[in-house]
Amino acid sequence: MHAETTSKKAVALAAFEGLPGEPGVPKPDPILVADGVVRRFGGLTAVDVAHLEVQRGSITALIGPNGAGKTTFFNQLTGFDTADAGSWTFNGNSLAGVPAHRVARSGMVRTFQLTKALTKLTVLENMRLGAQDQRGENFFRSLIPSLWRRQEDQITERAEELLERFKLDAKRDDFAGSLSGGQRKLLEMARALMVGPELVMLDEPMAGVNPALTQSLLGHVKGLRDEGMTVLFVEHDMDMVREISDWVVVMAMGNVIAEGPPDKIMSDSRVIDAYLGAHHDAPLSAEEAEEQLQEAEAELEIEEKA
Amino acid sequence: MDWNTIFVTTVKAAIGFETVVYALAAIGLNVQFGYAGLLNFGHAAFLGVAAYGLAVTVSTFHLPFWLGILIGLAATVVLALLLGIPTLRLRADYLAIVTIAAAEIVRNIFRSVAFKDIFGGSDGRQNFSGDFFALNPYGPGQYGIGPITFNERVLWVLTVGWVLVALSCALVYLLMKSPWGRVLKAIREDEDAVRSLGKNVFSYKMQALVLGGLIGCLGGFIFALGQASVQPDLFSTDFTFYAYTIVILGGAARVFSPVVGASIFWVLLVFIGNTLSEAVAAGVIPSSIMTVNQVGAVRFMLVGLGLMLLLIFRPQGIFGDKREIALDAR
Repeated sequence: MHAETTSKKAVALAAFEGLPGEPGVPKPDPILVADGVVRRFGGLTAVDVAHLEVQRGSITALIGPNGAGKTTFFNQLTGFDTADAGSWTFNGNSLAGVPAHRVARSGMVRTFQLTKALTKLTVLENMRLGAQDQRGENFFRSLIPSLWRRQEDQITERAEELLERFKLDAKRDDFAGSLSGGQRKLLEMARALMVGPELVMLDEPMAGVNPALTQSLLGHVKGLRDEGMTVLFVEHDMDMVREISDWVVVMAMGNVIAEGPPDKIMSDSRVIDAYLGAHHDAPLSAEEAEEQLQEAEAELEIEEKA
Repeated sequence: MDWNTIFVTTVKAAIGFETVVYALAAIGLNVQFGYAGLLNFGHAAFLGVAAYGLAVTVSTFHLPFWLGILIGLAATVVLALLLGIPTLRLRADYLAIVTIAAAEIVRNIFRSVAFKDIFGGSDGRQNFSGDFFALNPYGPGQYGIGPITFNERVLWVLTVGWVLVALSCALVYLLMKSPWGRVLKAIREDEDAVRSLGKNVFSYKMQALVLGGLIGCLGGFIFALGQASVQPDLFSTDFTFYAYTIVILGGAARVFSPVVGASIFWVLLVFIGNTLSEAVAAGVIPSSIMTVNQVGAVRFMLVGLGLMLLLIFRPQGIFGDKREIALDAR
């Protein structure tokens, strides 16, 4: 298992080898390509992404200060909100304007920042719901259990395997609403896997999760890559970003401002500016200090005269 | 006080005509509200268009009875589509607003002067149930056990009504045990989560609205046939809210709860009403406190009080699962 993790990581890292850290840099084998995606709320332009590619088989982190438009961009890509302009393709197929449920069916599945456990369904029912092409989900076929019973058994088997992997098997018959916040995150991720996705989009998977569970969640995210899935996730926790991501995309004010490997991106001046404000730590020289003092005094004088 | 009369009328209410009508309406509403979480506040309109579809076809246009039933069913589906297409993509409250308005529009069209030739204004329509009672296998007479008897017409209505209730319950039971029902319950919990798992939420909500409307419309047929007449004001918003009361009383999202809820609701109403009337008539309650004319209003107050107590002490309803209600508080 460990050897596999390293090899998959090596493959992913090799793909990024030597790429410049410019926004919108082309990747060798992109699974998701977005062009000119714009979303405005009245006068505010929440998202304005000129070009972005997500490399297949990698873990890509999407970071940025609060209000950078990360979640809004997620919503555009997954069909949960309508973009004002732009196009994006997933595996070469255009997904612009495609409703959310068809985006999910095409293999691009998301989770939510505020976990959406279906509280009055049991954990197992939550899992079963994720499976695709269920015969019993058709109104007329659902009336004849023999038509869907066998498929349901297969789905249950798969669900139980995943629950075991995510250590939720003891909770299978409990209401999802009775789970803790961290367990709900696990359940949501496991449920997304029931869809059989190629690209998993996680919106703040670590928010509100205790440190003990964080480690296990990190392991699961890495596990997704090892199984050949692509992961794109939004996160604020820099330690997590550094630990698991192969590539980092930074957004600020709706734009992608920088990209790069996690160990370099943190020291990129554009990123520091975006997080902390431009020139936040530029040292004051003696002359500058004197100049500022005189300016202030001049202003005071004007005020006194007035 | 005549306790015998009170007892007989109460037992009859438990299985009577109103109980059947409200049970069917509530089963339909339970599919929409209990399982799918759709706030349909215009359920009376579904029964109304079905009842009028049948009555107008037969009595105004002198067409066959079974064609009337078909037109009633079709009218219900059309109403569901009309209500659903613009609102089901929006937040839940929009459906509530649109349905309550639509139900009033439908009722006012039925009672309008302009369409009096078709719908009969506020007098409604009569003379359409002949073919239904011609099918009656029971000969004239009184049927029943001891003092609890029904005449052959009422018995025929009740027989058909309870068969429809049983079939509807069986249908709901099968559906809600299946993956189809699972999607519906999931939509009630969180639409966006269901969308993110590749389900067409709009389509499922529409199916639930149509199915609930169709089950309710069976109640509309029984309502019309049992009284052998239809009037627009039978289908006012009160009807919808009684149906909601019944669903919540029984416990939402349970197969038999609408049936038991309807039964209890009518037993309570009839028992309290008759007991009060008898008590006033016998002078047990002096006329300085209450007259016979005030009994009707007071019984609703008391039933309302009883329902409030139920919701305080048993918020999950009679069949509900207390653990589910506890989840809401988290």
